[in-house]
Amino acid sequence: MSEPPALPRRAEDLERLEIELLLEGVFRRYGFDFREYAQASLKRRLWRRVYAEHLETIAQLLDRLLHDPRCMERLLLDLSINVTAMFRDPSFYVALREKVVPLLRTYPFTRIWAAGCSTGEEVYSLAIVLQEEDLYEKTRIYATDINEAVLERARTGVFPLDKMQQYTQNYINAGGQRSFSEYYVAAYDSAQFSRSLVDNVVFAQHNLAMDRSFNEFNLILCRNVMIYFDKALQDRVHALFYESLETFGVLALGHKESINFTAFADRYEELDSNERIYRKVA
Amino acid sequence: MNYELIAIGTSWGGLQALSRLLSDLPAEIGQPIVIAQHRAVESPEGALARLLEQHTDRVVRDAEDKDTLEPRHVYLAPPDYHLLVEAGSLALSTEDAVQFARPSIDVMFETAADAYGERAIGIVLTGANDDGAAGLARIKGSGGVAIVQDPDSSERRRMPDAAIAAVDADAILRIEEMGPFLYGLCCEVARA
Repeated sequence: MSEPPALPRRAEDLERLEIELLLEGVFRRYGFDFREYAQASLKRRLWRRVYAEHLETIAQLLDRLLHDPRCMERLLLDLSINVTAMFRDPSFYVALREKVVPLLRTYPFTRIWAAGCSTGEEVYSLAIVLQEEDLYEKTRIYATDINEAVLERARTGVFPLDKMQQYTQNYINAGGQRSFSEYYVAAYDSAQFSRSLVDNVVFAQHNLAMDRSFNEFNLILCRNVMIYFDKALQDRVHALFYESLETFGVLALGHKESINFTAFADRYEELDSNERIYRKVA
Repeated sequence: MNYELIAIGTSWGGLQALSRLLSDLPAEIGQPIVIAQHRAVESPEGALARLLEQHTDRVVRDAEDKDTLEPRHVYLAPPDYHLLVEAGSLALSTEDAVQFARPSIDVMFETAADAYGERAIGIVLTGANDDGAAGLARIKGSGGVAIVQDPDSSERRRMPDAAIAAVDADAILRIEEMGPFLYGLCCEVARA
């Protein structure tokens, strides 16, 4: 017989065991693999769900998850909604216009992957930039997320009206060329964005942790998504992106993410180091 | 006890307090320092780091996702991100603002408490809201050390007051007293 593993001694050890069991349970019951998500934010979100369900322990949450698929849907929302804004980091969109758009112009047709698009704020921002640059008609955007429910929200193109002041300011700082209000119609407390922005968008479920490449792209946007993954999973997703980019394809990450310490660092050149925009060269 | 991490939270008045604290900090203190300072979303890239770097010979910079915590480095929560502490490294998040703040001091403190437990030192400095109080209580509850800037000597006293109300602080200090106190914790105790 093999030695039994070290038994949990402290409360934190027990909590870690509960989290491991929960993630294993979720994977084997529903097929969603969160086992390589970054610990600290994962733990915060799990506890938030524990309290929202009026439970006391993570083990109790596992019990409910196993027996109640609706509880799993709620947890999936907790784990997949990444709060973002339209034109978050306006300087990124300026760089997109100045450095990436000219590259995209050289193609007769452009495929873009917005990976981990959550509720779609970034997809609509991207579509606006492409429309203003007269590129949208020859572009297809594949917007994917692990969670069908957030994709459904993204498809509707409805965002809270009280955000529009901030988004308008972002849009102006991002080099917007029109009046931002041309893109939406206000109704009650919502802003309904123009359907023309999603004419060339395909929303589809895709799990970065598990699914394979599904096309070859000229541009992949994955901003502030991999920050929720641990290093091993980040490496795998980088392999997936590398495989999914055509040569000279562009990869855009969040402001505080880097490919410098991944296995693919020397396969890309920097198009814009501040904005973390990279171009596949090898 | 060997302390391995110093976590500092501040808001209004933080720049001056942090500048003074870092310039006074004895060179022997090698523990990595993480700082959550509330600041405007549109603050220019790296501006706070450059200002603080003028007051210390430590490396000061905005944290990047998955940064490894290095000795004598000072990591700032970037504007519009939460800074989360893991064992030996950092992670970022764009989850909802907590009490209207992103970065949230509470989030950074709570994750520091989880990752470092009794090896964490938490410090609440001047500020005009209650962020940091709950997180400091978590650090103290996990066996770590809770230090609060003396409210009477703080540019804004609300944040230190809230921390003192929430935690039985190990020390309530004027900013100029913090360097020597940290030296005692980080250097002398370790040697004894």
